[in-house]
Amino acid sequence: MYPAKKSINRLLVANRGEIACRIIRSAQELGIHTTVIYSQCDEDALPVQLADRAVVVGPAPAAKSYLNIEAILEVALANNIDAIHPGYGFLAENAKFAEAVETSGMKFVGPSSKTIRLMGDKLAAREFAQSAGIPVAAGSVEGVQSVDEMSAAANQIGYPVLIKAAAGGGGRGIRIATNLEELQRLAPQAKVEAQATFGDNRLFIEKFLPQARHIEVQVLGDGEHTIHCFERECSMQRRRQKVWEEAPAVNLSEEIRERICQSAVALAQQVNYSGAGTVEYLFDEESEAFYFLEMNTRIQVEHPVTECITGIDLIREMLLIAAGNPLRLKQDELAIRGHSIECRINAEDPFQDFMPSPGTVTSVTIPAGPGVRFDSMLYSGCDIPPYYDSMLGKLVVWDESRAHALQRLQRALSELQVKGIKTTKPLHQALVVEPAVMRSEIHTEFLENWLSENSSRLH
Amino acid sequence: MAIKSVLSPLPGIFYRRPSPNQSPFKDDGDTCAVGDVIGIVEVMKSFHEVKSDSSGTVVNFLVENEEAVIAGQPLLEIEE
Repeated sequence: MYPAKKSINRLLVANRGEIACRIIRSAQELGIHTTVIYSQCDEDALPVQLADRAVVVGPAPAAKSYLNIEAILEVALANNIDAIHPGYGFLAENAKFAEAVETSGMKFVGPSSKTIRLMGDKLAAREFAQSAGIPVAAGSVEGVQSVDEMSAAANQIGYPVLIKAAAGGGGRGIRIATNLEELQRLAPQAKVEAQATFGDNRLFIEKFLPQARHIEVQVLGDGEHTIHCFERECSMQRRRQKVWEEAPAVNLSEEIRERICQSAVALAQQVNYSGAGTVEYLFDEESEAFYFLEMNTRIQVEHPVTECITGIDLIREMLLIAAGNPLRLKQDELAIRGHSIECRINAEDPFQDFMPSPGTVTSVTIPAGPGVRFDSMLYSGCDIPPYYDSMLGKLVVWDESRAHALQRLQRALSELQVKGIKTTKPLHQALVVEPAVMRSEIHTEFLENWLSENSSRLH
Repeated sequence: MAIKSVLSPLPGIFYRRPSPNQSPFKDDGDTCAVGDVIGIVEVMKSFHEVKSDSSGTVVNFLVENEEAVIAGQPLLEIEE
């Protein structure tokens, strides 16, 4: 490692919640002046308190504030901002926003708008990965439009199949068809929904792999060179949203780890990737085969588990890369140390089908001690508005082994107290002592199956 | 003729249409039965249908499409 030569002077954080806090912290450590935007209902939120400056950007609904490109750029220009970090969600993967930032002469902390656009089109990204020699699950190579084309493609690859929206991603806009009849029923409604949700009705078909694992590789690139920071296991999902993540992936041979990580590097290298990105795969344990799912061109929620096992501050590296510095890290300097687990603490009631639970947090006790990190937006008395995502924070533990990490997680969960609203803490307390979880028998359908059998055991 | 209000069961964002390109669930002057969907409240990215607990004629929507609402806020008036 060597000291960075170039720096961002004034950073705008175009996000809210825990990730805004996370970005402000790393930026301040680099001596960067931070400005954060906020909506009218976030006036007292933690990022507003932490940032050097906070500027209101619009009313509470995200469309009028955190998604309002024009208003955000206006704030940036009025505050002599030279770089914008979009965090995750909101505008993080919006190519139009990235392009507008580029055009106005500021730096976008992330890859180019061109790369965002390519990877945002899940069908184009799939074709691109295939051409780069990355394995993809059997599926339709080109967009299939009519139900006849879809059923022909499905016949060729065999049921069950997934009907996916080209403009989807992140688990959105996906349907499973187990036979022709279901395909004929679901495809037209998928098309209508894709048009309504994404303004793009292109669909494609992919082989559905039940009981597969979700493994993703963290990459860092400076536009010329690319490295990987190993993989994360994100198979614990509910409604295709991650609930609990780990690094490294368990039961993964060194040979497979090397192959999957190298394939992610090859893909990122192919687009001269700049910044932090994640290449997602499905992994079939039985055949040890892995298939490209999508590439996320932003920092991910679960990035702390990678930071814990590698010792890298990924946000710091993103800021240094965006300033124009070459990668400070070399692949052979990186190694996996110990094991890390993250639990997403959401404002949802696990006893009532995960009903959202906004409101005022009357008091909070934040877990601490060795190997415990709590990235959150919580403080005693803070308001959790109903307008945004339900994630309150991430409880992250690190320890020398997975077994130790589970014990540490159990201890840390018992320290965490959030009063005034419901949270998913009881779910994690049940999972951390679940024998199948302790044996790492996890796949993407594990949690939903477990919930349908064990919801009475949540207490 | 009594005027009854339908209240929002949850805090969030109120939508009058099932999706941006479709027509509103109810317009002024429409008849409304108990159990009819009159709108959707989005709370923390999950969507909840709001059903009428009165029957009659829709007199007036008190909340615009995509407006922020609080729990218990009157959304529309129905003349029984």
